[in-house]
Amino acid sequence: MSNLLEILRQQVDSNLPDLNTNDSPASLQVEAKHLLAVAKVLYTHPDLYFDSLSCITGIDNGPTLGTMEVAYNLYSIPYHQSLMLKVVVPRSVEAMPVVPSLTGIWRTADWHEREAYDLLGIYFEGHPDLRRILMPADWVGHPLRKDYQDPSTYRGITVK
Amino acid sequence: MGLLDQKLGNGGVLIAPIDDLINWARLSSLWPMGFGIACCAIEFMGAVSSAYDLDRFGIIPRPSPRQSDVMLVAGTVTFKMADRVRRLYEQMAEPRYVISMGSCSNCGGPYWQHGYHVVKGVDRIVPVDVYVPGCPPRPEALIGGFIKLQEKIRRESLQTPQAALDLLAKKEKEVSA
Repeated sequence: MSNLLEILRQQVDSNLPDLNTNDSPASLQVEAKHLLAVAKVLYTHPDLYFDSLSCITGIDNGPTLGTMEVAYNLYSIPYHQSLMLKVVVPRSVEAMPVVPSLTGIWRTADWHEREAYDLLGIYFEGHPDLRRILMPADWVGHPLRKDYQDPSTYRGITVK
Repeated sequence: MGLLDQKLGNGGVLIAPIDDLINWARLSSLWPMGFGIACCAIEFMGAVSSAYDLDRFGIIPRPSPRQSDVMLVAGTVTFKMADRVRRLYEQMAEPRYVISMGSCSNCGGPYWQHGYHVVKGVDRIVPVDVYVPGCPPRPEALIGGFIKLQEKIRRESLQTPQAALDLLAKKEKEVSA
């Protein structure tokens, strides 16, 4: 895995931090602006070849910390290697946090990103079809946000 | 049918109040709509299977709301599903009945506190006749629910209840005044 950082620092950004080995699998924190480039190298480089995106998880760290995270679980089938990518973005009430979409690299990202958009309100820039996937299309708000408030009614049905 | 055959078979005449006859016919052929929205539906399937044999009560699941007498809400009703459940109910011909099966559809069940997506009881969408408790209820409990519904139908009458007549008269008075 040390090889991995060398390649990424050489090809994308020389200031990439070390892997956090406390996480399982080891995680690499990436800035949102570098995410697409890092993902592209991870996917295409013959020594890395992370061909499978197993999961995308959106995390709301709450209004006090003021951040949201997106964690990507990658797996390289030929090298039997796992890696977690993490992106931390500021959260605000007015505007959605923006993270570039990875649908162009892994098609799996499509529905996972829609889920994170639906439940946490993270906007994935470049997603071909960013709609709600679980909640009804006319739902207001993103239920898994820490400061989410239930609406009093939905289409005339009392919610609480 | 044995009893009726014997009474009518020899050219005899059967006299019965029309209420009793219709109620008997209705409660003996309660056709539920065959749809399920969560794990309770598995218990419903079990109740229909040969081991519990709901057929002996004349209960046969139907694939269409137009052919059904009773809607069995077997599972978690989400807000997304709520419109569909209400629409299915509206498509049923009257008289129609609703059995709410299991904790989810009775009151929201395990989603009561944190379930942002669950309707806290199907009675917020459609009128419920019988509530079957359990998570999920065993087939015996579901059969108990159907028997309760049969008891309810047995007490029904074709006549408009006096309370409803009074209410109508009152409304008419208000309109004319």
